[in-house]
Amino acid sequence: MTVKELVQVLDAKVYNLDDEMREVTSGYAGDFLSAVMGKAPTDSAWFTIMNNVNVCAVATLAEVAVVVLCEGVEPDEPLLNKVKMQGVNLIAVKEDIFGAVKKVCHLI
Amino acid sequence: MANQFIHQEYLVAGNNFNSAGSASEAVKSTLKKMGVASSDIRRVAIAMYEGEINMVIHAGGGIALVDIYYDKINILLNDKGKGIADLEKAMQPGYSTAPEEVQRLGFGAGMGLPNMKKYADVFDIQSEVGVGTTVKMTIYFG
Repeated sequence: MTVKELVQVLDAKVYNLDDEMREVTSGYAGDFLSAVMGKAPTDSAWFTIMNNVNVCAVATLAEVAVVVLCEGVEPDEPLLNKVKMQGVNLIAVKEDIFGAVKKVCHLI
Repeated sequence: MANQFIHQEYLVAGNNFNSAGSASEAVKSTLKKMGVASSDIRRVAIAMYEGEINMVIHAGGGIALVDIYYDKINILLNDKGKGIADLEKAMQPGYSTAPEEVQRLGFGAGMGLPNMKKYADVFDIQSEVGVGTTVKMTIYFG
């Protein structure tokens, strides 16, 4: 599915959509950045509650398709600025990680 | 072609988590322009980012020297930080000495060095307490 479709299914709040037609082919959930770096597949949707600027670096370097902030977490200002600058897709949902993944896992 | 290479040097600032990762991002963008396969770029990005972050967290910063050839990249990370007392322990997945405030940012999973070893084709680390740490990595393309 595309990032755009993911946004619709999750009814997510959009913070930055640089490439909404990007294909999401996998997923990863976690907050430890090194674990994400090492394990999140390229073009995955990354579900996390981490909201600092380092999230952007990890998303860029690991080439995830979209970052999904969960539990109503909002990006802090440095993160928001950086995702806009780097063209990283960033969305947010109210559900916790389990709830958000449950909504989309059969579609990815 | 075989003899052509790009040399890059980066200063990595200690304890600055806003700029952390910028050297890795710059190297990634160079490799992208060169047309290196994305799976290889990803390995370089992960290995170098982990090294960069380690210098930010533990060593008060350091330098990254990068030599890019048509078929490989050599990365040398050098710091004058406190050094690693027990290298064997430090290499174990899940072992971390990152302070609590750094863990709150999402670091300190104890996966930094294991990730570097996993994604680099050649990995060497030398460390002396009170002197510093040097990491050498090579990643082959293709």
